[in-house]
Amino acid sequence: MTEEERKKIILDLLKKIAPDTEPGTLKPDDNIRTTLEIDSFDYLQFIVAIDERFGIETPEEDYGKIQTVQALIDYLRQKSK
Amino acid sequence: MIEFRMPSLGADMEAGTLVEWLVKPGDSVHRGDVIAQVDTQKGLFDIEAFDEGKVENLVLAVGAKVPVGTVMAILNGRKEAPTKETTIPKEIPTTEIPTTTQLVHEKHEGIKASPLAKRIAKEMGIDLASIKGTGEEGAITKSDVEQAAAANKISTPAVDANKPKEKSAATSASIRTAVAAAMAKSNREIPPYYLETKIDMRSTLEWVAEANKKRSVKERLLPASLYLKALAKALTDVPTLNAYWEDGLQLKEQVNIGFVVSLRTGGILIPTIHDAEKKTIDEIMQWMNEAIPRARALNLRSSDFTDTTITVTCLSEGSAEVVYGVIYPPQVALIGLGSIIEQPWTENGMLDVRPVLTATLTADHRASDGQTGSRLLMAFKKYLQQPETL
Repeated sequence: MTEEERKKIILDLLKKIAPDTEPGTLKPDDNIRTTLEIDSFDYLQFIVAIDERFGIETPEEDYGKIQTVQALIDYLRQKSK
Repeated sequence: MIEFRMPSLGADMEAGTLVEWLVKPGDSVHRGDVIAQVDTQKGLFDIEAFDEGKVENLVLAVGAKVPVGTVMAILNGRKEAPTKETTIPKEIPTTEIPTTTQLVHEKHEGIKASPLAKRIAKEMGIDLASIKGTGEEGAITKSDVEQAAAANKISTPAVDANKPKEKSAATSASIRTAVAAAMAKSNREIPPYYLETKIDMRSTLEWVAEANKKRSVKERLLPASLYLKALAKALTDVPTLNAYWEDGLQLKEQVNIGFVVSLRTGGILIPTIHDAEKKTIDEIMQWMNEAIPRARALNLRSSDFTDTTITVTCLSEGSAEVVYGVIYPPQVALIGLGSIIEQPWTENGMLDVRPVLTATLTADHRASDGQTGSRLLMAFKKYLQQPETL
């Protein structure tokens, strides 16, 4: 899977969880939660969706490592190795 | 014979528009079955049956907008044990049911209204049958008509049969209006008092983190699930605040906690977890995982919005650390929980830094006094700091 494909999936999932936001406007280093104003409930739904889609298990202590779109793409690439 | 009435889906709901019947005469219905869809200012609701029986007659026509309490259907069957918590007014006699929206231009024999009210209603094109009278013997007064006119102005237009059924006429403006009405009523009627306490959340958050390590992502807990459980337990210790103020204090047996969900487009919805004191933290978390996204999508169920006995408003991470909420009448209390932030903390003469939650209580001074309110907050703190016992 390419970086662009991962990014598209991430943005699509964000749009699905928070339809009123514009994930497309996120810059690679923007904090996803604060920029889109996603609360802990929606964030949990997002992690559930990411885990399901990519077939991974994201432990809670890793939440700090995936705060931006770029960080999440990198995290997913490492996890898929 | 059971009269199925337009349910009250919160203090801010006055009327609802029947969008669709999902049952027909002769169908058997069970408690919890979705039997109709009703549109309100807050959105489209799936209306669930709260009795068991056979549908005898669908009284209300699709498209009709009627006040809370109006008979919608007649069921033939066994009435479930009535709960004291029911919020459905019974005062509207079946003879006043508007069966279609076209009734506006028909005569309303048998409806009591003052001559002035009748004239104003006619001028404004308002259906008298859609108005709940507050005058003598339920007669409709001039101010009832004026209020209905004001409500009509801000309310959503009658549902067009050609419109896609799953589309609600609710907008962020209509939700705003519904919230505004409830909050203004609260401010007019309730003399509140406010209490506040700070809660050291270190051991609680450690317990949550530890618990989550053993869970799959879908089963993970958020601190909010503990808040609701701790509050439910505290309310069993201090039941005075689990009540309504309606012609005096009415204590409620069930603890039904409304949880404020803010919508990104503005406005709030308050789905309710019923019997919270009987649920485990996992059951509460499951409910949140299901109810919150459903509320945000305006995909609402009547049972989520009935019989709320107390409300919790909980700010998300990174928000303000203290919130003083406004009580939803006829409830008598509201718990406000701010965002957890690290603060200097003294304990046993030592200074430390701890994650601190500030909990506030807004309570109706007609229903309780500061000492009672304080007992509730202290019990909440005690239970929240003993997550293993929740």
